Amino acid sequence: MTRKTILNDTHRAMGAKMVDFGGWDMPIHYGSQIDEHHLVRRDAGMFDVSHMTVVDLEGERAREFLRMLVANSVDKLKAPGKALYTAMLNPQGGVIDDLIVYYMSESWFRLVVNAATRDKDLAWITAQAQPFAVSVTERPEYGMVAVQGPNAREKVLGLLRESDRTRIGKLGRFAAGEAQTLDGIPVFVARTGYTGEDGFEVIVPEDRTVAFWNALHAAGVGPAGLGARDTLRLEAGMNLYGQDMDETVSPYEAALGWTVALDEGRGFNGRDVLEQQQANGAPRQMIGVVMDEKGVLRHGQKVLTTNGDGEILSGTFSPTLGKAIAFARVPAGDLSGGVRVDIRGREVPVRVVKFPFVRDGKPQDGI
Amino acid sequence: MSAEIPGDLKFLKSHEWVRVEGDGRATIGISDHAQGLLGDLVYVELPEAGDDVQAGSACAVVESVKAASDVYAPVSGKVVEVNAALADKPETINEDAFGDGWLFVVQMSEPEQVNELLSPDDYAEQVENDEH
Repeated sequence: MTRKTILNDTHRAMGAKMVDFGGWDMPIHYGSQIDEHHLVRRDAGMFDVSHMTVVDLEGERAREFLRMLVANSVDKLKAPGKALYTAMLNPQGGVIDDLIVYYMSESWFRLVVNAATRDKDLAWITAQAQPFAVSVTERPEYGMVAVQGPNAREKVLGLLRESDRTRIGKLGRFAAGEAQTLDGIPVFVARTGYTGEDGFEVIVPEDRTVAFWNALHAAGVGPAGLGARDTLRLEAGMNLYGQDMDETVSPYEAALGWTVALDEGRGFNGRDVLEQQQANGAPRQMIGVVMDEKGVLRHGQKVLTTNGDGEILSGTFSPTLGKAIAFARVPAGDLSGGVRVDIRGREVPVRVVKFPFVRDGKPQDGI
Repeated sequence: MSAEIPGDLKFLKSHEWVRVEGDGRATIGISDHAQGLLGDLVYVELPEAGDDVQAGSACAVVESVKAASDVYAPVSGKVVEVNAALADKPETINEDAFGDGWLFVVQMSEPEQVNELLSPDDYAEQVENDEH
């Protein structure tokens, strides 16, 4: 059974080409994925991300529960409204999902998890929460719109009532606050995103989501589909769950070491495996590669190195760079002997580069 | 959004078109419907002039942001011309699949193969059926 967001008819009326995405009928583009990509890099675009799962954790011991549940430290969340990106691990140190934790109050934390992993996430979180007497409640009554691009914040702020504008305008990166629109829609505005551009992700009551979307459109924000979302996030060096990591991959093998906090005395799922990898090195590494020859790097292509073979994880044509970029997972070790990718039987050399590939609309040095 | 299908084309089920020119030559491309399915094209790998292509076998690749797709030769013959302009402007196929977005021209070795291809109406009907 395919699920639809509240914006489904709106997407179709705007000319979207719809595809199945993790069981959801979602817009891949509204005409041109590349145009939508550039729109977000240069101005402001909006994405329907209502398929993502919002989960509220409530209870006196919510923070204590999260200390155990995720690999990053929720003790970094000191002021209500602050957000944290983290991985949720199994006891083997593998990634069950990546998610954002919002600190609402000491007895209320909000999680936003992936749509494709909804069922297993809810089952896992609910089981893990039991000993802490923390309630786990999915909030399907919300829609979510990501507004991204150099002009995105200004466009959203223009829709908010006067008294909220300054406060929401001052939100730092990875911070959120509640506000109301000019026509009285209560919104939860977070300065987060998945494109490498500035912007907001806005949680809206489901029955007001179409009105909010239309107001953004009237303010000059164009729609962008999941296709552009994918090229934007890969350029920005952001992982996609299921493609770049899964339950057999540790954060260190997915270039997510920066989200792991081995803070003193905090026992979290998978910690002992991560400590071992931290001490001895993980067996595999995730690298960023650029191909200067024509062609497109794609998921599943074989990667050849002097240390052994690996594979392309996320791979695409980068509209900003005009060439193919990818993440690859390869055996640990020095790669100065060169890296090649097997493209339909042809071994094509690629360059190993630091990512993000693109930041704030600009190609990074050396790419 | 879909472009009108020119009446002088013949089609393979896999969305390639062929236009028989005079003197036993045939121009080959992919249909407007196919470019729509692929989305923005970013790279085209063409055969070289002088190559022999066999009806029904893969002889070119078109890649969009989304996917790589083989192009099958509708007829057999020797490649006599390729659309070199596509190397820098693959998006021409998105803009004009039945015209400036042509891929290559062959000198047909078995011109009667054209009779086995789909007419524009039959192809349009197949596309229609695919969508339902």
